[in-house]
Amino acid sequence: MSNFELKAETITKVFGRRLIFKDVDFSCKENGIYGISGPNGSGKSTFLKIITGIISPTKGKVTHLFEGKPIDSEKLHNYIGFVAPYLALYDEFSAVENIHFFSKIRGLNFTQEKLEFLFHQFGLFDRKHDLVKGYSSGMKQRLKYIFALIHSPKILFFDEPTSNLDNSGKEKVYQTVRDESQNNIVIIASNEDSDLALCSSVLELQNFKLKTDN
Amino acid sequence: MSAYALFKKDLASEMRTRYAINSLAMFIVVTISVILFSIGNEKISDFLSGGLFWVVIFFSAMSGLSRAFVSEEERGTTLTLQLIASPTTIFSGKLFFNLILVFAMNIIIALLYSALFDAFIIKNLSLFIYAFILGNIGIAIASTLIASIIAKASSKGTLYPVLSFPILLPLMLTLIDLTKQAMDGAPFQTSSVELAILGCYDVVMIAASFMLFDFIWKD
Amino acid sequence: MIWKIVLFLLLAFVSIAGIAFPIVPHPEHWYEFPLIMGLGENAKIIFFHVPTAWITVVAFFMSTVYSIKYLRNKDLVDDIKAHTSAQLGMVFCILATVTGAVWAKFAWGSYWSWDPRQTSIFALLLIYGAMFALRSSVEVEEKRAALSAVYSIIAFVTVPFFIFIMPRIMRGLHPGSADDTNAGTVVNFKMNGNMLLIFFLSLIGFTILYYWMWYVGYKSMLFKEKLNKQYH
Repeated sequence: MSNFELKAETITKVFGRRLIFKDVDFSCKENGIYGISGPNGSGKSTFLKIITGIISPTKGKVTHLFEGKPIDSEKLHNYIGFVAPYLALYDEFSAVENIHFFSKIRGLNFTQEKLEFLFHQFGLFDRKHDLVKGYSSGMKQRLKYIFALIHSPKILFFDEPTSNLDNSGKEKVYQTVRDESQNNIVIIASNEDSDLALCSSVLELQNFKLKTDN
Repeated sequence: MSAYALFKKDLASEMRTRYAINSLAMFIVVTISVILFSIGNEKISDFLSGGLFWVVIFFSAMSGLSRAFVSEEERGTTLTLQLIASPTTIFSGKLFFNLILVFAMNIIIALLYSALFDAFIIKNLSLFIYAFILGNIGIAIASTLIASIIAKASSKGTLYPVLSFPILLPLMLTLIDLTKQAMDGAPFQTSSVELAILGCYDVVMIAASFMLFDFIWKD
Repeated sequence: MIWKIVLFLLLAFVSIAGIAFPIVPHPEHWYEFPLIMGLGENAKIIFFHVPTAWITVVAFFMSTVYSIKYLRNKDLVDDIKAHTSAQLGMVFCILATVTGAVWAKFAWGSYWSWDPRQTSIFALLLIYGAMFALRSSVEVEEKRAALSAVYSIIAFVTVPFFIFIMPRIMRGLHPGSADDTNAGTVVNFKMNGNMLLIFFLSLIGFTILYYWMWYVGYKSMLFKEKLNKQYH
């Protein structure tokens, strides 16, 4: 039983003249791994952004609850960890500086131990003082995980979690997903079978049906 | 404080890359040079020099103050910021950065200007300084809000002065008038109403900006 | 239908009365206007100039009201209403500026002299222009609506400052401002009863005309949107 709850009711999104999806329901109450799948253009990223609270839906309501009480939208961002290919980091700073600034802007502190643990876990410890400008796309992806986890969020959203990653990177991500799902909610949006294999239930966006696996 | 941390991030970024500062400094030099060349050897009245002073300030502001939001939008880090801070924090941080920038810019412009234009002589300096401070705050607030608007539009560079000018116009007119009064050496009493107008403008704009920024920032 | 006929008759009467009634030094009949010193025949433009300026302010106010409504409800119909109002406001603003300049030519000798009222109407023209420039540079409808709404509100907030600072700024600048009998200050005019009547009828007529144009305008925009939009 998680102390965080996400409820999305009859979510409809229209971009100009294009209907992306209509009347989609999605909710998470238990810790675990949830999946969202669908072909390209089915609106996976859009749906993910809506349930994270980044975009507003055209119709429908998204509620985030912590210990039964709704979370103030001003404070929601610190409960959430988000990784996506279209997430950008600051090139002119080093990896550590990026994380440092982000934490200060969040108004949260982190322990040096946690920082070093995460950098070790994602294999960036040796390069942590290098500028992100010189990072490969795989390294940037791994840094995004550090960004998403450093503040111990209650709910994690991973859009295309294994994009740009080699096999060792993928393994690290799967390990992280499994570990985090013990205590938190993890939501994955992906088309990769290996990603979706981790999920206990998968929302298929094309057919708006909730499919239960395992 | 979160907003202060955002300001420090922007400051550190600027110090490291120096994108804005270099071009802004050159822009100020170029603008003043253009005016000097256009005037040539003609003598200009002191009032005219006072008005031109604020022209230089306006265009320098248009050159430098949109960077706060436009750079984030261009690099795609708007999403990153949306994930780590509330809209109020973002606006406060960016506003603080622009405030520092406006003051730094305008002090340099004021010094250069008084050195290069003989007609620009101020008799009541303290009046000018009060107007300068209140005016710069107003310019920073309005410009930051409009910058956040144009960051989400296309043709940002040309759109920025077009949108900012009507909003800044009451402020600029009052400032030009106060500058003239300061140059004439008018005492405080006659100018107190105008200073009050500047103060009101600042308060009204800051209240409106914080209330409206949410609608600009969130999709 | 009945309203349209009433409106037509009203505006026709106002136009004819405004232009045709003679101006005599000592009016004796109901269809004669008094002679106002310094203005003479060209005083008649007041029946058309002031209402256009009035409508442009009303349109701006309505645009802001619907902008606020949009921000609260996110209903794109409110955005269309605000936009239509702004379009009409722009048209009437141009009319007001032009009729004002024509009057200025006859009353003061030059088309433009940066008099307080002229500067204010020019500032309003700039605001409208900026709003349209903004709208044309945002593609996404919801974003366009939100940004124009915000700009509309911010612009509206700065307008009172104009009203207060104009007299103070212009006092040192414009020689004639101390005793100006410029367009808009109805109070200065010594209009007698029937002139006032024609004037207020004109005001009412123009207001109804504005409302009607706005109604037709936003409805037609709504239909156009509906025709363009197809969900697929």
